[in-house]
Amino acid sequence: MKVKYFAWVRERIGKAEETVEPPDHVHTVGELIAWLAGRDESSAHAFETPKVIRAAIDRTHVQPNAAIAGAREVAFFPPMTGG
Amino acid sequence: MTAIVTVRVQQEDFDTAREIAALGDGRIDIGAVVSFSGICRGSDHGAPISALTLEHYPGMAEDEIMRHANQAMARWQLAGLTVIHRFGRIVPGENIVLVVTASSHRRAAFEAAEFLMDYLKTSAPFWKREETADGESWVEAKSHDDAATARWKS
Repeated sequence: MKVKYFAWVRERIGKAEETVEPPDHVHTVGELIAWLAGRDESSAHAFETPKVIRAAIDRTHVQPNAAIAGAREVAFFPPMTGG
Repeated sequence: MTAIVTVRVQQEDFDTAREIAALGDGRIDIGAVVSFSGICRGSDHGAPISALTLEHYPGMAEDEIMRHANQAMARWQLAGLTVIHRFGRIVPGENIVLVVTASSHRRAAFEAAEFLMDYLKTSAPFWKREETADGESWVEAKSHDDAATARWKS
């Protein structure tokens, strides 16, 4: 699946998007965050406080317990500051 | 008359007066138009800001604004509404966002405009980065914006 990052999550990870293949035991957005964070230091830094991270699946906001099965695009970003 | 919903996410500036006029053009059922402009300030808590850069999530930004525009249309009797949100680098004095709502009577227009702005702040995927003399930093989300949004959930 494609994973996208925005704002300081993007900066900390060092890229705007990537394609990942999480292992079978990763079922939810929260588990995906934990798996991504475990890969390297920059990802660990980006996801060091999981409760502030917001997520979207296929451009719709979701909670950490949302299932990632069938997702084409998962995005992670900080709380929004538009308007 | 058909209600007209316009949502645009764009880099270029917009003409507020023209957008207001376009919403009411040729109609005699509109008795109230409310517009809100969000403008880049030259300082934050006394510290000068030289510019803001707005990052957005293309596709989701439009979808999320449209979703709330449709909720506003369902919740209030509106003749139409326009939401325009800019991205990219914006200097003090320039427009960031515009919300225009039109209805027969003022209350629906006032309330729908506030509803749309509250949701734009907390659920439209935009992020502001400030440029100051000390460098650049991401603007932090404000808890009072979350509180303002929560009041529409009742």
